[in-house]
Amino acid sequence: MIYLQLFWVFFKIGLFGFGGGMAMISMIRMEVVDDYQWLSGADFADVLAISQMTPGPISINTATFVGYSQAGILGSIFATLALCLPSALLMIAVLALFFKHKDSPAVKNVMNYMLPAVAGLIIAAALLMCDNDNFKSPLSYIIFAATITANYFFKTNPILLIIISGIIGFTIN
Amino acid sequence: MKLVLNLFICFFKIGAFTFGGGYAMISMVKDTLVDKKKWMDEKDFWDSIALSQALPGVFAINMALYTGYKIAGKGGAAAAAFGAMLPSLIIIAVIASYFADMNNHPIVKSIFSGIRPCVVALIFAPGLAMLKKANITYKTAWLPITACLLICFCGLSPIYVIIGSIVLGIVHQLRTKKIKQ
Repeated sequence: MIYLQLFWVFFKIGLFGFGGGMAMISMIRMEVVDDYQWLSGADFADVLAISQMTPGPISINTATFVGYSQAGILGSIFATLALCLPSALLMIAVLALFFKHKDSPAVKNVMNYMLPAVAGLIIAAALLMCDNDNFKSPLSYIIFAATITANYFFKTNPILLIIISGIIGFTIN
Repeated sequence: MKLVLNLFICFFKIGAFTFGGGYAMISMVKDTLVDKKKWMDEKDFWDSIALSQALPGVFAINMALYTGYKIAGKGGAAAAAFGAMLPSLIIIAVIASYFADMNNHPIVKSIFSGIRPCVVALIFAPGLAMLKKANITYKTAWLPITACLLICFCGLSPIYVIIGSIVLGIVHQLRTKKIKQ
């Protein structure tokens, strides 16, 4: 049963996961924390940090972690395969169609609506994570502001930022 | 068969050594498949990047599926995709098996208290970058704002927000077509 649930959740996310890893993270958070309550909000933030710091795509890492936490190795295999299956199926179906219509106005019109929506949903995921579990002290807000500045304006490497934040957390507490 | 095995090994290495997700993988995949092994030409490679971005799902896996398919058919696609996801499966399963015990350790707790707000910011920043990329104007600002409000306050699943935006795009397309006629 749990295998089917894991498969269904990650298949849906794989099918509608447009807009890159962070858009998918926002979907995973909604399903895993809010709907199924497999992980708490704070646990999810920890899982994301680990997924970011280990090699491989962040969405695959997160899916593997969530699957493992619910149903061991087999759970992680189910979650990860389900995440990749929709694009594998679509690839076979749309390969020929895609290159014909790549620059068509219809596709561009859809993209014009989808990109802003994806931006909105990524920001929603970040806002939903702004809770007392993730922001425990005034220092949290400083780390938050500094990370946004460094990552957005200076394109500082996320892994480096996570390591620095970890060191700060360790020294202060 | 040898080619399929080679593809598996090649993507396994790429999965094991690239940090920072799919986009960091592009140069590594190109270097191996196009420049070193010469399994595909440059034009095919950039076509595969375009398709991988347009399809839903994990960019790195889409890239593996498509280039694998081009090089060695369906077996190649499967081998490349499995190769790319296997390192994640192994590494994360090992970490996850220790995580429950580790997470309650006071030192680990203090480290993660610093990391958590950083992770939230690392989601926020690409959201802002995406807003910029989508060329939001005063006329289109309602889209990301509505999407954000629906998810945050109405608890709407992001999946429906994506479906909704696709429907809006199709409606827009149909209406412009009608006007032209």
